[in-house]
Amino acid sequence: MAEIQLRDIRKSFGAYEVIKGVSMDIRAGEFMVFVGPSGCGKSTLLRLIAGLEEITSGTLSFDGRVVNQLTPPKRGIAMVFQSYALYPHMTVFENMAFGMQLAGRDKAQWKERVEAAAAMLQLTPYLQRLPRQLSGGQRQRVAIGRAIVRDPKVFLFDEPLSNLDAALRVATRLEIAKLHRSMHKTTMIYVTHDQVEAMTLADRICVLRDGLVEQIGTPLELYENPNSLFVAGFIGSPKMNFLSGDFSRPYDAHTIGIRAEHIAITPHEGHWAGTVVHSEILGSDSYVYLDVGSAEPLIVRENGVSGHQPGQRLQITPMEGCVHRFDMAGRAIAPAKIRGAA
Amino acid sequence: MTELSLESASTVPAARGAIGSDLRMQRVRSAWIFLAPTLFMLAVVAGWPLTRTIYFSFTNASLTNLSGAEFVGLKNYLSWVTLKSGRTIFSGLLADPAWWGAVWNTLKFTLISVSVETALGLIVALVLNAQFPGRGLVRAAILIPWAIPTIVSAKMWAWMLNDQFGILNDILLGLGLISQKIAWTASPDTAMIAVLVVDVWKTTPFMALLILAGLQMVPGDIYEAARIDGIHPVRVFWRLTLPLIRPALMVAIIFRMLDSLRIFDLIYVLTPNNAQTRTMSVLARENLFEFDKFAYGAAASTMLFLIIATITVLYMWFGRVNLEGER
Repeated sequence: MAEIQLRDIRKSFGAYEVIKGVSMDIRAGEFMVFVGPSGCGKSTLLRLIAGLEEITSGTLSFDGRVVNQLTPPKRGIAMVFQSYALYPHMTVFENMAFGMQLAGRDKAQWKERVEAAAAMLQLTPYLQRLPRQLSGGQRQRVAIGRAIVRDPKVFLFDEPLSNLDAALRVATRLEIAKLHRSMHKTTMIYVTHDQVEAMTLADRICVLRDGLVEQIGTPLELYENPNSLFVAGFIGSPKMNFLSGDFSRPYDAHTIGIRAEHIAITPHEGHWAGTVVHSEILGSDSYVYLDVGSAEPLIVRENGVSGHQPGQRLQITPMEGCVHRFDMAGRAIAPAKIRGAA
Repeated sequence: MTELSLESASTVPAARGAIGSDLRMQRVRSAWIFLAPTLFMLAVVAGWPLTRTIYFSFTNASLTNLSGAEFVGLKNYLSWVTLKSGRTIFSGLLADPAWWGAVWNTLKFTLISVSVETALGLIVALVLNAQFPGRGLVRAAILIPWAIPTIVSAKMWAWMLNDQFGILNDILLGLGLISQKIAWTASPDTAMIAVLVVDVWKTTPFMALLILAGLQMVPGDIYEAARIDGIHPVRVFWRLTLPLIRPALMVAIIFRMLDSLRIFDLIYVLTPNNAQTRTMSVLARENLFEFDKFAYGAAASTMLFLIIATITVLYMWFGRVNLEGER
């Protein structure tokens, strides 16, 4: 159980400031996801919390105790790396036990813990194998097992799924969600650039941009009430439609944003009209790309299989209360009167 | 994989099998064509001299009469006569105390120099592998001793070690560490030390460079994992770094060992005519060109070749060296 507090954390590499003053509270036992485009500083922030990088200024505390100067093991953290970072010349068992053999615990105790973790992750048959004899997914499970064995207060994940193929990524995502439920006392921080992982795993998401916190909230809060154009565009797939100029003027905003599922195709005269440029048919639903005269085509979601042909003209209307308004600087204009999806 | 597909190609119907063997013939032919220049060069510059040396070692050739050499069997290696008194007198290389002295000198030199160079090279490589400002410059600078031709550096050290005018004696006298000047390169007590010091100075950079290449193959993230695991840096070195650079280390040691078993130039310049530093190569050269015992020198050269070949094979066998870098 650890509550993590970040107060005006800054990190510079030479003259270049990567983290520009981040403050947040991570609740004990929470699954927090740091998400953002590459170069936003999310991995650096995680490494600062881990103790792999020194904090330039600001305070980091675990349960009220400042840990800025503590080494990683003294902070009680465990970390899973994107590249797994397994010791290539040690067996699975040795990889998981290496850190513990030295912690002064008695052998029976750590052996038991390694075996328990291996059983939990279905690694028991592979304990005597070397990492290079395992598949990518198995290696990642060993890396997770090595972290579990440490019985950490804080569990850190640095893009753990990026090296896995799509099917394995979904399966491992599920395992991590299960792991979080079974280790509900452990605070977990997870870094990813993939907003789907963020949405599916997180209790709360922290969107980072250029070394600053853009918004923190539950996945649904971010989805329904993004406080900036950046968050609105980053969270959700397909990307939110943005319209400006003549389209946004009636709404008294510089830019308006509407999600694909919040636009209805109407048989009668609609709010706007556009020509079909392309349709993507996914089976359960379809995305219709419409040229309405804006810079980028508007994406409209339709349930089921769309029958619209390119060149066809469609009338569309945004659902009431589902239009996000943003000012010139890209900040959301309150109140963002958003009703749940229709 | 290629092997597999070739195998399966030859099991399919005859017509395609014929095409497959045509392909194979063509590949074998081009392999020979590509190998031919190298094989030719090797035969000319290594094979022929080696064969000639081995041949001369079984003759009574002398430098002035190479063409008139007669076959004498193993006489140069070992022969004996039994006197009327019943005493047997052995002669030949294998009964020559000078030869065994040279063998011992060479082994001693190799063992000590390679051990010291490996230890120092490892330390230098670890330092060069760390991040610090000006690292590129230091990396280049450390290679200078290796880049200087041996003759030049040996002469340079000979002057520094000179008993009358050398800077080393001057410094040590000034510091009061020695009470009188020492003839470093001439004195039997210090000649080997002098040679070892110069060789270590010269070849540690080479060792460091080979080990550094091995260090850079070790993925950096496992060091971070070790920090998270809270493993002491000394233990990280013994348990992670050393096992992972072992293949590179073994290659570096083989290179250096082969090099120092045939050490010649440094000793020839620094401590000529000194029984304490006479190595197998030095002894062979003396016999070949100075003592007019060409055949005897050829026998010494042949033995040197056999010893180096045996040690290398043994080392690779026991070390189970996988030159591809896998465990």
